[in-house]
Amino acid sequence: MFMKKKRVVIAMSGGVDSSTAAALLKEEGHEVIGISMQLYNHAELEAELKENRFDSCCSLKDVDEARRVAQILDIPYYVLNFEKIFKEKVVDYFIDEYLHARTPNPCVRCNTDVKFKHLLLKAKELKADYLATGHYVRNVFNEKEKCYELKKAKDLKKDQSYFLFGTDPKELPYLLFPLGDLEKTEVRTLAERHHLPTAQKPESMEICFIPNNNYSNFIESKIQNKKAFQGQIITKEGKILGKHDGSFQFTVGQRKGLGVFDSNPLYVLEVDHTSKKVTVGSDQDLKSIGLVAKNINWIKYPKSPCVSVKIRHSTKNIPCTIENLKTHVKVLFQEPERAVTPGQAAVFYEGDTLLGGGWIEQRLS
Amino acid sequence: MKQIYIDYNATTPLKSEVYEAMLPYLKENFGNPSSIHWAGQAAKKALMTAREQVAHLFHIDPQSLIFTSGGTEANNLALKGVFEAFRSKGNHIITTKVEHKSILDTCEYLQKQGAKITYLSVNEKGQISLEELKNSICPQTILISIQAANNETGVVMPLKEISKIAKEHRILFHSDAVQWAGKKELFLDEIPIDLVSISSHKLYGPKGAGALILRKGLKLEALIHGGNQERKRRGGTENVSSIVGFGAASELLSHSIDNERLLGLRDRLEEGIQTHIPGVVINGKEAERVSNTLNVSFSGVEGEGILLNLDLKGIAASSGSACSSGSLDPSHVLLAMGRSEELALSSVRFSLGYQNTKEDIDTIIQELPGIISSLREMNKSCS
Repeated sequence: MFMKKKRVVIAMSGGVDSSTAAALLKEEGHEVIGISMQLYNHAELEAELKENRFDSCCSLKDVDEARRVAQILDIPYYVLNFEKIFKEKVVDYFIDEYLHARTPNPCVRCNTDVKFKHLLLKAKELKADYLATGHYVRNVFNEKEKCYELKKAKDLKKDQSYFLFGTDPKELPYLLFPLGDLEKTEVRTLAERHHLPTAQKPESMEICFIPNNNYSNFIESKIQNKKAFQGQIITKEGKILGKHDGSFQFTVGQRKGLGVFDSNPLYVLEVDHTSKKVTVGSDQDLKSIGLVAKNINWIKYPKSPCVSVKIRHSTKNIPCTIENLKTHVKVLFQEPERAVTPGQAAVFYEGDTLLGGGWIEQRLS
Repeated sequence: MKQIYIDYNATTPLKSEVYEAMLPYLKENFGNPSSIHWAGQAAKKALMTAREQVAHLFHIDPQSLIFTSGGTEANNLALKGVFEAFRSKGNHIITTKVEHKSILDTCEYLQKQGAKITYLSVNEKGQISLEELKNSICPQTILISIQAANNETGVVMPLKEISKIAKEHRILFHSDAVQWAGKKELFLDEIPIDLVSISSHKLYGPKGAGALILRKGLKLEALIHGGNQERKRRGGTENVSSIVGFGAASELLSHSIDNERLLGLRDRLEEGIQTHIPGVVINGKEAERVSNTLNVSFSGVEGEGILLNLDLKGIAASSGSACSSGSLDPSHVLLAMGRSEELALSSVRFSLGYQNTKEDIDTIIQELPGIISSLREMNKSCS
């Protein structure tokens, strides 16, 4: 990949991906420095939970495993404290979004505002030439246009470009993604070959700072005036079907746990921030013809209005046309699409090139 | 890359004589000092010798020593032991805001057990006020616990005056002397202190050994029960090899304490930093300090960034105390001295020891200005 030895900081979460990325960089002959971000006070969280063990991404166990990997690779390794910035940029945002009847995406925020901002700064402080992560995404230099572009990973099932739409294009020359051209199975094989203890570690799926994957309990524990979030469950015609305990317990498209019944399955269509009313309806009602997104970050400005959009990490790209307005982007889908969720990210692509994205403000029906 | 270790307040390497002295007790002399047979007797003999060696360094009777696992246990034993034993007399303890965590956390624990704690403040030089100490004493006061030297700044406390005040009021005086012992002489026959904590691995002995020095006749509740060891004041089979090393290290220090040379090197580093780097504050400079410690705040940069850059160049220093790194809380010691949070977070501690040379100091003076200026440059472009 390079001509000469570079100093590379690798963000190590204690998982198989970042461990293997570190091993690959070391193998290429770089001076590799491992850094784990301490994102919350583990001791306090574990004490709060008492008997329930809490080991998600970046837990104490993960830090130990990252350290072990660094020892095996014989690279310097540091744990840096990011608690304050993580609380400010990710945890507080997460709570606030739910309280404003939106469904947040903390992983995007963590990448944009913590990893590729503060950790990148720390890497530069250490005079590193690059910051590397274990993300499945490719950072490719476009010879014709003389700029770097983020592209979907070779392993499309693992592609994580959606989470990186907020990246500042000026920072791309500093970023390395050693796993972008690898399949997940290859990564595990490489981890085995390097005798990394994390080789067979299962994927972490849940949100790292939410104990037991129960976000609604978490939010409840952070608010004082629980009653202020109670409200009615209504149909789109305004018929009252029942009451709910807290508007933050609902997300657009949700079917389970509504507590009201109808002959046809009911889905959450909308959560109203002011009235706390939750509107439900049929699967058909859930479809939108488009959306409005705000706070747009362009990594590469689209040449044509015909692009594709991803409205969740797990869904497919949807062909669409975009209208780029001053403060926001209006998106019209080629075919109506299910469950457009305010608070989630709308991320734009041209082929497999990540163009940028923004935060979904409203659905257009 | 040449490695420079300049973090002796965190821990010290073994001196080779200490290492040699310990070896037989890791191998052939494996006995349990409580055993009646030859193996036990050999271990018992080593333990007695070590006790004499440590006692000799501090000018005390060997019977006044309780061997512990280290400084933290000694501090726990002093505070909890006195509180338990003197509970009927009172529940008030006076300490300072700048103590080591092993004192502060123990005080917090005792508070839950009904103790009342007064934390004396310090001035911007890091010194306590004897007036404030006197005014804090009340009929319920059973103990004054004040460190001998601060682990972060090296600032020393007026032990003689404190001990006089304690005596006048018939209150027990404990001093955490972990950072003093081995750096300055401490003759307890001249300054009477009722309880003194010391640690082996801060004075070129091994980890896993320390002691609480206890004035003869003083009653104290044990912390660890389970045998007749240490006259029932600390149960459990003794860590013989480490205690032997502790003794050997003490013996070496009885002959000479290397403070003149270290003072010269410390001052060379201090002057070098002040000459070559603008915007620095030497914390504790106006007070009397132990000769090996230098605590510097570099305005506009985080201590963490400095330490990591130094580490990547093979230079091992520290920010604040090793026990609280990994937390981004600013040093409680520097905050107590009235430093701003920002300045407290920007501090680095250099603590010198016997292997440091003039060349080490000059290397640091050469490397540091570049590190600081590039970190400052980066911070400027960010904000």
